[in-house]
Amino acid sequence: MPRRADLESILIIGSGPIVIGQACEFDYSGTQACKALREEGYRVILVNSNPATIMTDPETADRTYIEPITWQAIEKIIAAERPDALLPTLGGQTGLNAAIDLHDHGVLEKYGVTLLGAQVDVIRKAEDRQLFKDAMQKIGLRCPQSRVVKTLAEALEAVEAVGLPCIVRPSFTMGGAGGGVAYNQAEFREIVARGLKLSPVHEVLVEQSVLGWKEYELEVMRDRADNCVVICSIENLDPMGVHTGDSITVAPALTLTDREYQRMRDAGFACIREIGVETGGSNIQFAVNPADGELVVIEMNPRVSRSSALASKATGFPIAKFAAKLAVGYTLDEIKNDITRKTPASFEPSIDYVVVKVPRFAFEKFPDADSTLGSQMKSVGEAMAIGRTFREALQKALRSTEEGFTGLGLNRRDPFLRGAGLTREEIAARLGRPNSLRIHYLRYALRAGFTTEEIHRLTAIDPWFLAQIAELSAVEDELRACASISDVSDELMRRAKRDGFSDAQLAQVFGVEERAVRADRVGRGIVPTYKLVDTCAAEFEAATPYYYSTWEDECEARISDRPKVMILGSGPNRIGQGVEFDYCCVHAAFALRDAGFETIMVNSNPETVSTDYDTSDLLFFEPLTAEDVLNIHDRLRPQGVIVQFGGQTPLKLARALEDAGVRIIGTSPHSIDLAEDRESFAKILDQVGLRQPPNGMARTEDEALEVTRRVGYPVLVRPSYVLGGRGMMLVYDEESLKRYVASGVEVSDDRPVLLDRFLEDAIEVDVDAVADGTDVVVAGVMEHIEEAGVHSGDSQCAVPPPTLPAAIVSEVRAAAESLARALGVVGLMNVQFAIQRGQVYVLEVNPRASRTVPYVSKAIGVPIAKVAALAMAGRSLRAQGVLEIPAPTHTSVKGPVFPFSRFLGVDVVLGPEMKSTGEVMGIDPDFGVAFAKSLMSAGQGIPFDGGTVFLSVRAEDRGAAVYVGQELERLGYRLIATAGTHAALADAGVAAELVHKIREGRRPNVLDLLADGRIDMVVNTPTGRGSRTDEGRIRAAAVQGGVPCITTLSGAAAAINAIDRIRSRGYGVRALQDYFPARAQ
Amino acid sequence: MAASRPPALLALEDGSVFRGTAFGASGTCQGEVVFNTSLTGYQEILTDPSYKGQIVTMTPPLIGNYGINAEDGEAERAWVEGFVIRELSPLASNFRSTEDLDTYLARSGVVAIEGVDTRALTKRLRENGSLRGVLSTEELDRDTLVDRARAAPLMEGRDLVQEVTRRREGTWDEGVSERVFLPEPGAFEGPVFDLTVVDYGAKHNILRNLASLGFRVRVVPATMPADAVLAPGPDAVFLSNGPGDPAVLTYAQDVARAVLERGVPLLGICLGHQIIAHALGGKTFKLPFGHHGGNHPVMDLATRKVEITAQNHGFAVDTALFAKGDVIETHRSLNDGTVEGLRHAELPVMCVQYHPEAAPGPHDSLYLFRRFRETLC
Repeated sequence: MPRRADLESILIIGSGPIVIGQACEFDYSGTQACKALREEGYRVILVNSNPATIMTDPETADRTYIEPITWQAIEKIIAAERPDALLPTLGGQTGLNAAIDLHDHGVLEKYGVTLLGAQVDVIRKAEDRQLFKDAMQKIGLRCPQSRVVKTLAEALEAVEAVGLPCIVRPSFTMGGAGGGVAYNQAEFREIVARGLKLSPVHEVLVEQSVLGWKEYELEVMRDRADNCVVICSIENLDPMGVHTGDSITVAPALTLTDREYQRMRDAGFACIREIGVETGGSNIQFAVNPADGELVVIEMNPRVSRSSALASKATGFPIAKFAAKLAVGYTLDEIKNDITRKTPASFEPSIDYVVVKVPRFAFEKFPDADSTLGSQMKSVGEAMAIGRTFREALQKALRSTEEGFTGLGLNRRDPFLRGAGLTREEIAARLGRPNSLRIHYLRYALRAGFTTEEIHRLTAIDPWFLAQIAELSAVEDELRACASISDVSDELMRRAKRDGFSDAQLAQVFGVEERAVRADRVGRGIVPTYKLVDTCAAEFEAATPYYYSTWEDECEARISDRPKVMILGSGPNRIGQGVEFDYCCVHAAFALRDAGFETIMVNSNPETVSTDYDTSDLLFFEPLTAEDVLNIHDRLRPQGVIVQFGGQTPLKLARALEDAGVRIIGTSPHSIDLAEDRESFAKILDQVGLRQPPNGMARTEDEALEVTRRVGYPVLVRPSYVLGGRGMMLVYDEESLKRYVASGVEVSDDRPVLLDRFLEDAIEVDVDAVADGTDVVVAGVMEHIEEAGVHSGDSQCAVPPPTLPAAIVSEVRAAAESLARALGVVGLMNVQFAIQRGQVYVLEVNPRASRTVPYVSKAIGVPIAKVAALAMAGRSLRAQGVLEIPAPTHTSVKGPVFPFSRFLGVDVVLGPEMKSTGEVMGIDPDFGVAFAKSLMSAGQGIPFDGGTVFLSVRAEDRGAAVYVGQELERLGYRLIATAGTHAALADAGVAAELVHKIREGRRPNVLDLLADGRIDMVVNTPTGRGSRTDEGRIRAAAVQGGVPCITTLSGAAAAINAIDRIRSRGYGVRALQDYFPARAQ
Repeated sequence: MAASRPPALLALEDGSVFRGTAFGASGTCQGEVVFNTSLTGYQEILTDPSYKGQIVTMTPPLIGNYGINAEDGEAERAWVEGFVIRELSPLASNFRSTEDLDTYLARSGVVAIEGVDTRALTKRLRENGSLRGVLSTEELDRDTLVDRARAAPLMEGRDLVQEVTRRREGTWDEGVSERVFLPEPGAFEGPVFDLTVVDYGAKHNILRNLASLGFRVRVVPATMPADAVLAPGPDAVFLSNGPGDPAVLTYAQDVARAVLERGVPLLGICLGHQIIAHALGGKTFKLPFGHHGGNHPVMDLATRKVEITAQNHGFAVDTALFAKGDVIETHRSLNDGTVEGLRHAELPVMCVQYHPEAAPGPHDSLYLFRRFRETLC
């Protein structure tokens, strides 16, 4: 069947900001879909509020709207563009929910927009717990016993029937948001109440627990001729009870016989057919009873998902791309397999390797959060690794997570490296409770003498996986039995490498430098081979150079004699390092490929566009460690390596790479060090006549106290060499400072702490610039909305600066230019300034890609990462014609998105440590409207139409609070305040209802009002020091209740201005191509 | 553990030698080396009589994970000549497992080797075509083994059917286990038919499927003359899968011709399909490296629907057979365009090159048994 000729234009909805459960995998799938549909000649219209995506590059779609993903905003886009069809299945849960909203509000019908891929009733049938269960029963498949409820009372009845423990799953949420495992009545009530609130249809499923059963996923595709194929089977190492996003998973399924596997496949097809997904991919989850093979269906996602991105990377089969083609009428047999180019896509990939995915967590950012893993996803990213055996892939994946592990154990933190290790009790406790370190505890348990049977009893992990861990432990024993590395036989060395042991692990075993291990190993001729990911287990020749390393006989790497540049990616997503850096790496690949280089991408994150096999000329799906990168480098001998686009991950490797003779292109690692090193940096600032806040560096507690005596409190302290403000804190007194130094932040000669005088009431400004060694161009000056002290990644900001005087902006630009020259920057640079009483201070300089690069690129209409990549490859800014970038006439506001609702009970106050997972952008000619759009996009639920606002501020903010109160009153909001704020408002003649503070002990207090849903927004500024209990509880309660909580008055004032603008003039939508008509191609 | 095992060598006729670690039985075996890309189902593959004369290498690297069980054999014994894998599982983990793979192969006398770069081996077979090889745990001299590989018989011209077929006529009444299918296939309706299966190395799952569909199954040896095959007056005849070169099986072609002449409905699978093609005046030829795996797309040319099929064949039917128009191609491989099924314009015969009975493999084509049965009603 040919493509549909009755369609001319297609709307695609993206997934919005990166949040837990929905990360850059949807940039990957959406970008593939846009490309695929444009290839077919359709006009593609895209809406996504996330600027840090390749899909929102103006070249990806014909019409690109960076607008809120709400049915109201999308209706405006539909009215303007009149698309014939909407493809809702590629933008994650957000895109799917938006499509349903559009349908429910009659928008699709009004404008005659056809849904492609899956109709609304199909989506409902898959997502509505009861409808799904009924459908499965109809075709003879079993689901765990369950009941759908809409009230707590119904829930209590249901739990009588299914028993405890049980699983609570809210309908229509993603990543298991709001759900959980309840072990007792109290937990049950709490989770149900939360789930009912978080479900958009206020409905939860109370489900029989199948804890401990084996968990599987199938990625299934179907075309309009009813051809069905399984692209990939995935087995979870962590049995049922841990969200699959938080589980270590393996592809293909490893412990099923063909009979059991085919039964699951039959069930998968029966499921997709009964639910009625017409075309595209679906993810179906199953649980299998290990005792008798009984199979139950857990759930189905009628769309591409995180797992389908993983499956695509694991097999080489581009699910999203083909889903888009199927949606417009092709059948699977009409599509060619991209990799073999000869065989059709109507087949099932066979893989001759093992893929392991390991989740990456961020508990270090939320120390108060409960780190037990359950049915609600808590990880923020993932790393994938490929090996010829499970053991090799597992160890590669573990070292890819960059959590300080160099494999399974044998690192500096390993309690069993030398000495006593852990007690059996400690280990047993960590085995019984699923947690992010459990994989390591499997090994600890073996080393402490547990049998695999005991471990199986405690964890329910399949004995097959435990036997594999035991094999690794046995090889470890053999290695340890050697007195030195020269004692290790070639046979054992090779076997250890084949089992995935890294040079770093071997270095720990033998107490030598990693370099020494490498030299020894290479001297023995033990080097890795590279094998192709080809969808077909070598049955057909592969045209696509997608490689992984392994230690085999034959190396398949095809090496051309073209000039090569290697780009190091950013590894798994984490807070502080996310899709923004992948965006930069992808741009570097595109630009350098166009410039005639052969581009080599190295990355370990399966969610990304950078690991799409057609982004670069050669893709190496590998851990980003010195060993793995050097191995590729030795084989391919590129002309240069780019380390400045992938965030901290490649930067950390720069020195080791350079020491090994690798040529780093762009800003030299030496310059990067200059900017990081306090002393040399101070000298440079002196040279160019710029000011810093008074500061110092300390290697001991005494030194720290001495520095603060000189610079004065409050002081901002942080470890050197961190990204995302890790371990950064604002300290107001000596006692807190001592506590900070004592709190386990590593303070040593090697790693001093940095102390800066904190500039109160200063405005923070970020600048992104590009330099080529001669010329510098300032791309964007970003004014932060929140005052200095909030991590730049967590603050809202605007381009161009809405309030800064022109003279200051000029001064800031000039300062950035002179810094770039002084540091010899070639490529990207980010500078943070603070403006206090008209004085410009330099806070820090990072001569590398920053998190704001994609946002600035979209705001100004110039792809600065591409410009920078070309500059690094030797094409001057002059030659590129970008010596000056005019400030845009419209405003773009960046807003952060936080994961607080996943970590209930943690305080949501913003500070110097970054906590946001993603960002949105609002763009409009009017600043207030742009800001309002960013608030809508961030989805906090700001009550634009009026409501009740709770206002409670610290004493020094009361003056400003009066202004906020007055404005809110003028706009018709009801105010509720606690005593101090109430008095200040009353003095100014602002009416507010008085409510009790929690510590007053009288009810109803503010928590009661929040619980009753009587508050629509909270404005609460934290006190700088002292107990935060009361206010912390208020903010946590707000988050739990889904009530927006603003913690700075500058943020509140901006929000109120935004509400005012929207109320008075509404808002329009406009495509990026219209903002920058000259650049649209 | 791997270190304590003795070495083994696999030598190919092109001079390449792969070194690994021995498992299973010790000894030396020879045969045509072929690769199989099925991710699951090594037990079914080991016991498939069609692999007689072949050394099988599996492309998935981890084998033995779920052990061996009592139900999944496709014959009473293992039939592969030798077995080549990347890694043997240290543990068999499955509720149905009754023994581990190593023990089973040792007991079955199958020489096996692990630790081989099976991807490199597979690429070699893809590029050079299937090669004769020798696998040994005793003789570790490379040149000697390569010479022996070159001296091994070619697959072309070999009659291996007589080595795997049953000696005596019998019946089969075991059906498909209920556990195999989800959702349930539903019970058949209508009359019970008498079916004679000529056993060229029939896989048990074919017989199970036929029995489940209401056939009264009589199984006869491959060498039984046509008259004897047809003597009880069966409602239909089935020619099974099996090993070796179909061109030399003139006795089997005679049976097929006799059945066709008598107008008795005839069904064939794999070797049976090739024998029928010969009986209809066609020819077969050797494929470069054959089709062995569970992910082969085949189009049903009547419905244009695609089935993902299990396949295991080294020979294919030449399309010249369709030139006259009385024999019609019904199924085609979407990977290489080779013939996957045919029927006759008038005679009641249908046959497929692939394996609708799966085991191992997808169940997409089970409908063929039903379709055949419907032609009898």
